[in-house]
Amino acid sequence: MELIKRGVVVEDGFKRVADDGELSSGDVLVSWARLQAEAASLLARSGRVGVRVPNDVDLEALAPYVEQLDLIAIEFPTYTDGRGYSLARRLRERHGFRGELRAVGDVLRDQLFYMRRCGFDAFELKEGKDVAGALEAFREFSVTYQGAADDPRPLFRRRGG
Amino acid sequence: MYQYDQYDQRIVDERAQQFRGQVERRLSGEIAESEFKPLRLQNGLYMQLHAYMLRVAIPYGLLSSKQMRSFAHICRTYDKGYGHFTTRQNLQINWPELQAIPKVLEELAGVEMHAIQTSGNCIRNTTSDQFAGVARDELEDPRPYCEIIRQWSTFHPEFAFLPRKFKIAVTGTPGDDRAAVRLHDIGIRIVEGERGERGFEILVGGGLGRTPMIAKVVRDFLPKRQLLPYLEAIMRVYNEQGRRDNKYKARIKILVDALGVEEFARRVEAEFELIKGEGLELTDSEIARVGAFFAPPPHESLPDSDAQLQALTLGSERTLGLWVRNNVIPHRVPGYCAVTVSLKEKGTPPGDVSDYQMDRLADLADNYSFGQLRATHHQNLVLADVKVADLPALHQELAACGLASANVGKLTDMICCPGLDFCALANARSIPIAEEIMQRFDDVDYLNDLGEISIKMSGCINACGHHHVGNIGILGIDKQGVEFYQLMLGGSHNNDASLGAIVGRAFAQDEIVGAIDTVLRVYLHQRSSPEERFVDTYRRIGMEPFKEALYGAN
Ligand code: SF4
Repeated sequence: MELIKRGVVVEDGFKRVADDGELSSGDVLVSWARLQAEAASLLARSGRVGVRVPNDVDLEALAPYVEQLDLIAIEFPTYTDGRGYSLARRLRERHGFRGELRAVGDVLRDQLFYMRRCGFDAFELKEGKDVAGALEAFREFSVTYQGAADDPRPLFRRRGG
Repeated sequence: MYQYDQYDQRIVDERAQQFRGQVERRLSGEIAESEFKPLRLQNGLYMQLHAYMLRVAIPYGLLSSKQMRSFAHICRTYDKGYGHFTTRQNLQINWPELQAIPKVLEELAGVEMHAIQTSGNCIRNTTSDQFAGVARDELEDPRPYCEIIRQWSTFHPEFAFLPRKFKIAVTGTPGDDRAAVRLHDIGIRIVEGERGERGFEILVGGGLGRTPMIAKVVRDFLPKRQLLPYLEAIMRVYNEQGRRDNKYKARIKILVDALGVEEFARRVEAEFELIKGEGLELTDSEIARVGAFFAPPPHESLPDSDAQLQALTLGSERTLGLWVRNNVIPHRVPGYCAVTVSLKEKGTPPGDVSDYQMDRLADLADNYSFGQLRATHHQNLVLADVKVADLPALHQELAACGLASANVGKLTDMICCPGLDFCALANARSIPIAEEIMQRFDDVDYLNDLGEISIKMSGCINACGHHHVGNIGILGIDKQGVEFYQLMLGGSHNNDASLGAIVGRAFAQDEIVGAIDTVLRVYLHQRSSPEERFVDTYRRIGMEPFKEALYGAN
């Protein structure tokens, strides 16, 4: 599976493991349900652990794991459902999550810029979309007004002169 | 008015460039209409009944003569020679070709304009009082805060995909809300705190549409510097908790109503406590920087002119006198006044202006009002800094281009949505009904006798014509494929905001204007004095007398 990660196209290093699938060695990506059910054994493994969460996940429940997770993948059920943006900012700005924050699901080129600003650093584009072409999306804007996860200072604190 | 610096300019230039690429991908077939839709939708480009419609943002309604000339040029070159001012202080052009849109956006960017977030489920153009900065009863000019909100909301990365569209309005006149802030998702009123310090009262959850509601106070006093953190807290609560399962229950008003305003406020305050420290609070220097752009223009120092204004209304030139009486308000600077140019002219849909008229208006703004114009949420325009002594000349020039209707605030100063003539969602036409009303109630003396009264009309339940808050509201409905009109009475959008009530069974297309005539007769007959406004009479006597006159005979 190809991903856009920090501005380049890479192969996904995490292996997706189904809820009843066997935990192989190496880095694994599991569901939120599985993480909750098997947290102790999952986090004790030597490989890295990622979790895929719905965009309305209970943040209180997720918070205790945040420090130990290497990847959090937030689902976008449709591109018009913007809850994932708020969740991403909370994870980055409130919970200090420093691992990989990945957007998955209905992820389209024209949302990438917003997603990156909210703290996503990896993007799994919707099936069939031109991954390389989508890289242009990051270059379309060179100025932003708001503070966000990428830079907490709004433009009025950066405006020169 | 606000002037772009290099940063602001770069954002609109880059947007125009980005959209050019998107249109090219669409035209080449690289992306299908279904994929193009989300792109155009945040850029004010709608698919209407017959063609694309482009909505251009006029931030809080303020525009320069140069921008108006650019509109004229765009309407002439890329459209059918006219544009339409909307109830949200924006401009719509109804017939542009898709190929031409990138060019239009580039021209707009050249005069510091754009179509960013004029559609889609995002934060829309912030609206305000058309008499901001000139009204005598104003506490403080709301426009600097509108501009600050404009910048904060432009391409806000977190709030581009809200449950539903989101509208904010700001007023600086607590005593007379000309911005209808109680009918917005967020209404902001500049108020004075206990020690005379200025801040904001924040109201949330107003709006029309299928479930009309009046906004409720969530915070009665917010220090100025906390404006953006507080707005961000409201938006985050809404983005995460607003309903997304049903388009018609997705506005913030439904969330506020479901939680109750106390619980909603509690959640906002909890979020606000956390956001507060994150660097979003305004600085005094930013408030001052933006505020400086809205300093009054260089007025001449002139003697007091209230008597002169009064004399004009009673003068021998009757047409001029009526126009001054209805369309002109006194200014806070002696010798000046603010003029409303009515866009409710017989033979033209409300809010429509031709390219020629736009050019003329730009000239008049240059010659009489420091080169600025304002669009109002009543679909009129305002020249806000006119010398009283110039009124006769200005009136003559407006009359020469068909813009001197003396009907501001009167029955024919109607608001009406595009309806079935343009809109794919419509049940019924609204423009022909508006035209019939203009024709039927054409007599100025009759209009003046009726006094302050508003008619608002929507072609369907989505209420773009704000029918719920018209003193007389008209709603187009569909009865087995036939256009019918429901009549509502008693709405108001001002400080005393109220929602109208349906009178009874709907009227056929050839009955509705007659029904309005009947309503007016009841009012004239029942009012306690010529000073009692229609809405006050209605509130005093209730629905019954109207009902009886309308349906009694059946
Ligand atoms: S009220 Fe209905 S008919 Fe009128 S513009 Fe809105 S959606 Fe269209």
